[in-house]
This record gives sequence, structure tokens and C-alpha cells, in this order.
Amino acid sequence: MRRRLNLLAEADWLAIFLFLVLIVFGWLNIYSVNYNESSTTFFTTSNRPAMQLAWIGISLVLALLIFVTDSRFFSFTAYPLYAFSLAVLLLVIIAGKEVNGSKSWIMIGPVGLQPAEFAKVTTILALARFLSGYNVKANSRKNIFFSFLIIALPPIFIMLQPDFGSTIVYGSLLIVLYREGLSGWLLLLILFMAGIFLASLVFSKFVVLLLLVLVSLLIYGVNSKNKKNTGYAIVILLAALVPSLLLQYLDFIKADSFIVLLIAVILATTTYIILALSKKLKGVVLMVVFLYAFIGFVYSVDFVFHNILQKHQRERVEIMLGLKSDPWGYEYNVNQSKIAIGSGGFTGRGFLQGPQTKLKYVPEQSTDFIFCTIGEEWGFLGSLAFVAVFIGLIIRLIIIAERQRSKFSRIYGYGVVSILFFHFAVNISMTLALFPVIGIPLPFISYGGSSLMSFTVMLFIMLKLDATRKAYLI
Amino acid sequence: MDQFAGRKYLIGAFILLIAVIIVFRLFYLQVYDSTYRLSAENNSRRVEIVYPARGLVFDRNGQLIVHNQPSYDLKIAPFELAPFDSVELCSILGIDIQTLRNGIHKVKTIDRERRNPFIKQLSPETFGRLKEQQYKFPGFYFSERTLRKYKLEIGAHLLGYVSEVDSSLIKADSYYELGDYYGASGIEKSYENYLRGEKGRRFRLIDVRGREQGAYKEGRYDTDAVRGKNITLTIDSDLQAFAEQLMQNYIGSVVAIEPSTGEILAFVSAPYYNPSLLIGRIREENFITLQKDSLEPLFNRTIMAMYPPGSTFKTVNGLIGLNEGVISPSTTFPCRMGYYAKGVSMKCHAHASPLNFVEAVQNSCNAYFAHTYKNIIDNNKYPTTEDAFNKWREYIVSFGFGNPTGIDIPSEKPGFIPKSSYYNRYYRKGYWKAHTIISNSIGQGEILTTPLQNANLAAIIANKGYYIVPHIVKNIEGIDTADLHNHDKHFVMVDSSFFKYVADGMDYAVNKPGGTALGSRLQNITICGKTGTAENPHGEDHSVFIAFAPKENPQIAISVYVEYGKWGASYAAPIASLLIEKYLTDTIAPNRKYIEQRMLTSKLTDKQ
Ligand SMILES: [Zn+2]
Repeated sequence: MRRRLNLLAEADWLAIFLFLVLIVFGWLNIYSVNYNESSTTFFTTSNRPAMQLAWIGISLVLALLIFVTDSRFFSFTAYPLYAFSLAVLLLVIIAGKEVNGSKSWIMIGPVGLQPAEFAKVTTILALARFLSGYNVKANSRKNIFFSFLIIALPPIFIMLQPDFGSTIVYGSLLIVLYREGLSGWLLLLILFMAGIFLASLVFSKFVVLLLLVLVSLLIYGVNSKNKKNTGYAIVILLAALVPSLLLQYLDFIKADSFIVLLIAVILATTTYIILALSKKLKGVVLMVVFLYAFIGFVYSVDFVFHNILQKHQRERVEIMLGLKSDPWGYEYNVNQSKIAIGSGGFTGRGFLQGPQTKLKYVPEQSTDFIFCTIGEEWGFLGSLAFVAVFIGLIIRLIIIAERQRSKFSRIYGYGVVSILFFHFAVNISMTLALFPVIGIPLPFISYGGSSLMSFTVMLFIMLKLDATRKAYLI
Repeated sequence: MDQFAGRKYLIGAFILLIAVIIVFRLFYLQVYDSTYRLSAENNSRRVEIVYPARGLVFDRNGQLIVHNQPSYDLKIAPFELAPFDSVELCSILGIDIQTLRNGIHKVKTIDRERRNPFIKQLSPETFGRLKEQQYKFPGFYFSERTLRKYKLEIGAHLLGYVSEVDSSLIKADSYYELGDYYGASGIEKSYENYLRGEKGRRFRLIDVRGREQGAYKEGRYDTDAVRGKNITLTIDSDLQAFAEQLMQNYIGSVVAIEPSTGEILAFVSAPYYNPSLLIGRIREENFITLQKDSLEPLFNRTIMAMYPPGSTFKTVNGLIGLNEGVISPSTTFPCRMGYYAKGVSMKCHAHASPLNFVEAVQNSCNAYFAHTYKNIIDNNKYPTTEDAFNKWREYIVSFGFGNPTGIDIPSEKPGFIPKSSYYNRYYRKGYWKAHTIISNSIGQGEILTTPLQNANLAAIIANKGYYIVPHIVKNIEGIDTADLHNHDKHFVMVDSSFFKYVADGMDYAVNKPGGTALGSRLQNITICGKTGTAENPHGEDHSVFIAFAPKENPQIAISVYVEYGKWGASYAAPIASLLIEKYLTDTIAPNRKYIEQRMLTSKLTDKQ
């Protein structure tokens, strides 16, 4: 008993308080969405508030269980748990229940669970375990490779379900790697690749290639000391490109602009490499390799998108990127979401008063679009308070992570911070039309047992590690 | 302290930056920019379904059979309801106030955002009166759609009927929504995907109170309804109408096929019903009445009734015997008023004896085909009785028996041709031989065939050894006919050279003294026909006749069944001959009018 009392004294009560505020607030909003004043017959089929209350109870029990577990358990079992969650993800692909075209549910009796939610916890644990190894830093090539492997395996499996939203959540763990020493340049490169990935889906190959060439020239120009060399490069490129495009324009070359540009780029780079080698210029070969690597990347994205993805997956990505519009879906939903939030005004319509969400104009209003209800019923003031509480919790978690003596605990803490922040930022941004709609829940708020339980478990493992930070040095 | 500790500030700053962006965006949407707040008053959308007209149906000569008539449903938009004079509405609609209240309550529970059906298919008078007064009843709307209308009230069984979708169909096919209609039987069902067309959608903006505010996004997403494709049947509507008229007092069926194409010319199951009975509001009530009728007018006998084929089946056994070489056209067998052997006796009628093959077909001699069948089953070529029997069955199946023919009308029955395993189970393996199953020789016993299969048999004999899968749709607007049906010739296992003997026998049966269907002879056209009697344990046997004509260049093959008609020659053959005459000459010769009269005035529907 003594030990537990100490534990309670050591627990970070500010974080727990913020957590409880969010849980209660979330439940109130779910209640409001599903509330109907005039009749009890309309919504008898959905007893979501009651279900969510049960999930909250289960989550709190889980939190307590975590608090009485020996904190070393989490680092010791990190790898087995990780392997187990991979196995379950695999199982879901084979035997999962399909909902909305995505096989991401496992049915346990009448209750459905989404293993992808829980895999986030085990992935952070495994990553923390790996990076906390003796003298392991996220700046050697080998360690970066293994870290990426740990991060990438679950989303690869989740991608097969397919569940695009849950997949890209793992990208947020780059923040952890950055904190642990990942080169800022590498981070930028990865972000650039992600940008190119999106660009290659949205824009034509011609535009993307042109973009790549310009960026290459820019980087080369910034890095090379002799500005004259950059000038040469531009001149050679133009010398190859302009006649080619002219010939194409005059119908002498029967190919599309992308091929013409590609040929021009090949000609120009070859010429320039020969020139550069004879003049012993540095960095040219690297630059050209970089350019071609990206051209290859664009091509493979294109190939994967058109040949490997199935039609409905492709359509979903296209709709998400706004390439295809669908009057029932994306455009309409985002617009409804903006209207619902906008209609809240400064002070909101008041609890249980939101007609926008009440009339079911906003889709998925209990789950992914729960923020619409917050915006509509609680207004700008309520939304601001909510953002403040959530960001407050995240900042508090950074402070907690930074005060850990054990590297494992710190890395784990940053993992929690990254995942929570990513979910928060992306979920709210999509309801505000700042980001494409990808179906990920708002932590602690959205309806759903899997996400609530996994976020609670994730948070309380961190708080447990923190509560015992003085006890062991693990 | 590690060397990267400073990065925590960068990470924290990044998080705060995003938070600030979100807060600015919130401020913009909720406080600064009022357009979103205003559009909340005016921002929902309602989808209205525009129902397409179903495709029209024509006969093979371009005669319109089925078209559409407008129909109006009364719908309620729950959000738009305002106080109104319910007494007046009730008097227009002819309902009591409680019905109105229940209706409104029910509509509210379905979906408050949509207009939901309250009363379907208003009568034209009610629609007219209510339309004038509509302004008095806010929240009440009409939706227009079409119902079937029959220009010619024929072919109920082949056309089928249209019905409202049920929840299981909605689940199975995402095209359907509550309140849609679909083809539930006949060609309405088998060609549903062509006939139904494509629903259109109109997206309308409505405000919070459900009032319409115009087109959503200037109608950018609206789609027009696409009417269903028109269908041309292979049916000859004159022949069909005449066949129905002839069958009006009988239970049975008529199937007529053009042998060279497999196109069905007439397709009657009697008793039939007027297809107009199963349209719209009256459908349900009439359906129940028809269902209760002891003569089963809803039962499509042409493809669902399975009868013992009777003597018409002798032609098949004869052909198999010839092809197997166990008899030749000149083979004669004696008939002493029947076939009598160890433990078997099968009566025959009085005729000259012995007979050769053609004479045996002409006279429908039971003994001849019992001998033939015994030779087929006891053929030394095969090691056991069972092997010989299996070979025989293979032949039978090649004639299209024992399996559905594949006609483009749903619910076709396969008939029944027993397998050797059936007899093994029944008599024990090795304990049955030709005599045990000798009734197969004359089409009695366990064998069951449908009238369609028997008409197909007539077509096979007319074609001298092949058939094309019978079908009832000739073409569909804009669809390549080759994609629609398989027009391959299905050759039977009997060599085409043997068919002329059967054709001769069938010719003599109708046209030579001593023939079984002499009374059905035509002056200038050679009908080849075979009578049959389908055993009926419940009463008088069924009268069966298959035929094709003209012999030299067959244009029509036909099977006629008249239940309780006793002999093939008594009802089935005269009806078939009248139909052949009508189809080939467009009229009934004066000297045969009395046959037509007799067929029209006799009545066998009370024999049951
Ligand atoms: Zn005889």
C-alpha cells in the first residue's frame, strides 16, 4: 500500500487532470450529437453515449492497471508486444471485418476493435526500447535504418487493410527521431519527398519534373561557390529544352511534353557532367544522382498509384486530394463541417443546441468530425479553451518527457507527444478545411473504444514511467 | 544531458505554431467571417430521385405490347409541415383522420430530412383535385413516376410483372433504394438491367426548416434519368393472342419456336391472367386473388410444369435406336395389341402388324418402341445394362432434356431424366434391366419434361439434329444481339441422316390414313406431328402434341399440352394445327372453322 500511495503522490496530477477534462468534455459532445429532444424513437438504434461511457470506464480501469504494473515491464516486453501487434495486424488483413471498404476491425463478440489503434502504443515502445540502447543515437546510418524499420512495419500492414489515415500517423514519429539526433537535413529531405509524393499525384508528371529540375538547380546554386557554374547549368538546360519543346510544338516530335522534358534533362545533365568532370567541379554528380533518384521516385509513385492500388483505394486518395469531387462525399462534407464550426460564432449555440450537427448534415459527427460539434455548440471561446487544454496537455507531456532520467522513458514520452499532436492537429485541420480529410480520430474526444483505450493506455504508460522516474534507472 | 536537448524548444515552437494557425483559422471562421454563420441557415441539401421510364416492349413485328403511364405518389416532407385543414385533406384523399395522423407519424420516423411516401399511386382524379389545392397543404408533395401499361393484354407469364423492391434486394444490389420498382418475374426480371434505365438525381438546397432554396451548386451534380432500353421480343403477338384465345377454356400450355433461330413465337400458360391486373395499387390485392385460384394462373406451366412426355418421347428413343444401330428404318417388330414379355405387359391399340420404323411412329406403336428400347439397353456393345443405360441417358440429355434449356425467362425447371444411380437405389445395383424400366420407351415412368423442352424436341426434329437455345428477346435497343444470346447450334448425338424417318412418321401420323392425328391435317401444308398422352394419376390423362411445319422447310415447331384432354388427337393436335395454320397462312381455312369453334367452345377447366 505504501508503494501505491507514493506512486499517487508522484503521479503528474496536472496531466491527469487535463486528461480527465478532455474525457468528460468529449463525452458531453458525443451525448449532444446523439441527443434528440423531441423523440426517443429516432435514435434508439445508436446508444453511443452509453457505449462511450462504458469505454471510458474500461479505459480508466486500464489506466489503473498500468499504474500498478511494474514500470520495467514496458521496456522488457516492448519487442514481444511489438511483434504481437504486427501479428494481429496481419490477422486483421486475413480475417478482419470489412467496414467502409477497409478491413480494419476484429470482432470480439458484438464489440469491434481496431488493432491499428493499439499498434501505435507498441510501436512507440519498440522504438523507445531500440533508441534507448547503449550509445544508440539517431544519427548513424544503421540506427536510422532500424528506427525507420520499426516505424514503417505497422503502417505497411495497415496500408494493406487499407486505412490511409492510420498509416500516415506513423510519420509523426519523425519528431521523436529528430529529438534523438536525426539530421535536420534528412528531415527536410523526407518532408520534401512527401511533398513530391503528393505533388506527383496532384500535378502532371511534366510539372513535377520541372519542379524537380528547378529545385535541383536552386540547391546546386545555393551550395556551389561559383555562381558562374550554375549559370552554365541553366544555359545548357535551356539549350536542350527550348529546341525540343519547339520541335514538339511544331509537331516534329510526336511525344508528350513530359517525355520531351525528360529527354532534354538527360541531354543537359550528360553534357554538364562531362563538362563538370573535365573542369573538376564538385557536387555535380551528387546533384544529378539526386535529380534522377527523384525522377525514379515520381515514376514509382505513379506506377504504384495506377497499377498496384485498387480502384476504390485510388478513388479514395483522389477524392482526399481533391482530384475527384463527389457531391455526396469530400467537398460537401468539408463544406458542411466549415459551416457547422462557423455557425458557432463567438460564444457558440450552447450545449445540445447545434442544429447543424443535429440535423446530421455533418458526416461521422461522433467520430472523426466531433470537433464540428465543439465548434458549433461552444463557439470560438469554447474551441479556444479546448485547443488550450489539449496543447497544454501536450506541452506538459514534453516537460514530463524532458525530465526523465531514463532515455527509454524520454523517447517513449516524445512518441506519445508526436502521436497525440499529429492526431490533434490533423483531425482539427481537416474539419477546418486546412488539411485533406483523412479519417483519424480526435484523441480522448471522438467516439470509439479502440482509440479511447489505446490513447489512454499510451498516456498512462508515460505517466507511470514518470511516476517511477526516481525509483529506477532503466 | 544530451547534445540534442536544445531541439525540445524547436519541437515546442513547432507545436505552438500549429496551435496558433488553428486558433487563427477558428477565429476567421467563427468570428471574422460571417458567411459560414449565415449559410448555416441555408445549407442542407436534399436529393430528389428522378425515376426513369422503363423500356418499351415490342413484338417481333414491331407491334407495341408494353408501355408506361404516369403515376403520382403523395409525399410528406416532415420539416415543412405546417398547420393545415386536415378535414379537407382527408375528404380529398378519401381517408379518415386517424389514417392521416398515423401516416404523418410514420413518415416522421423514417427520415426527417427527406420527403417520404405517404400515399402511393394516387388515382388520376384524386391527383387532379389535390394538385389544385396543393398550396393549402404545405409539406405535401407529389412525385411522378411511371407504371406499366399494356397496349396488348397478352403474354402475362412471359412479360412478368413489376413490383416494389424489398429490403433483401436493396441489400443485395446497391442500385435500389426504398420505394424503387423492379422486374419481379418474366422478362421484366431477366432483362431488368436493361429495362430499368438509370435513375436521375437532383440535388436541392434546403434550409434548416426544410424549405427548398434552389439547386445545389447550380445543379452541377444533377443527373438526368435515362429511360430504360426498349426490347423487341421474338413473340408474334397475333399468334400469341390466338393461342391464348384457343387455350382460354383449358389448363395447359403452348410453346411455339422458330426452329432455325430458336426464337419463341408463342408462349402460353393456361389459365393465364390479364397482365394489367398486376399494375400499381391494385397489384397486391389481385395477386392474392390469383394466388388463391385453384387453377394456379400464376404458375407458368410452359417452363415450370413437369409432365411425363408420353408418346412424343418415342421419337427420341427411335432416333437413338437408329443411331446406335440396334434397329434400322426397315426393322419390323410385331405388335399383338401390345408388348408382352416375362413380367411385362404394355398395351397397344389396334393397327396393322408388323410395322417398320416409319409406320411405328405414324401409329405410335408401343410394342415397337418397347422392342427398340430393350435393344438399346441390352446392347452387347456395352458391358452392363448400366453402361448402356448411361449411354442412352447421354443421348437424352443431348436433346435438351433433364436440364433447363437456358431460356431467358427465370424459374425454368429442369425436368427429370433418372440416372442409373436412381435405379440402383430403387432396385439395387445389378438387379434392374431393360424390362424393369421399359416404360421409359414410351415416355412414361419416371421421366418428366417441360412443355418448352418438348417444343424444343419438335424444333430438333425440324432442324434434323440441332437446336438453338430457345429465347424470347430478339433484340435490345443499342445492344449487339450476338452479346445477348448464344446462337450456337447444339447438335444432338444422333446423326442428322436418321431424322427424315421420324419426320416421315410424323408426316404420316397427320396426313396418312391410320395416322394418330389425322383430323389435324391441313390442305396445302404438310404438318409433321406426334401425339402423346401424359399419364395423370389425378384424373383424365393430358393431351400432348408436338409438331413442326411445313415439312420441307420448317417455319414453326410447337408443343401443346391440354390437361385432362385424354388423347393427343382430341385437343392438343387440333389446337396446334390451328396455330400452325394461322402462323403460316394468317387465317383459318373455312373448312376448318368448325375445329376452331369446337376448340373455343369446349371447356376442360372444370375437370380438376
Ligand atoms: Zn402397336
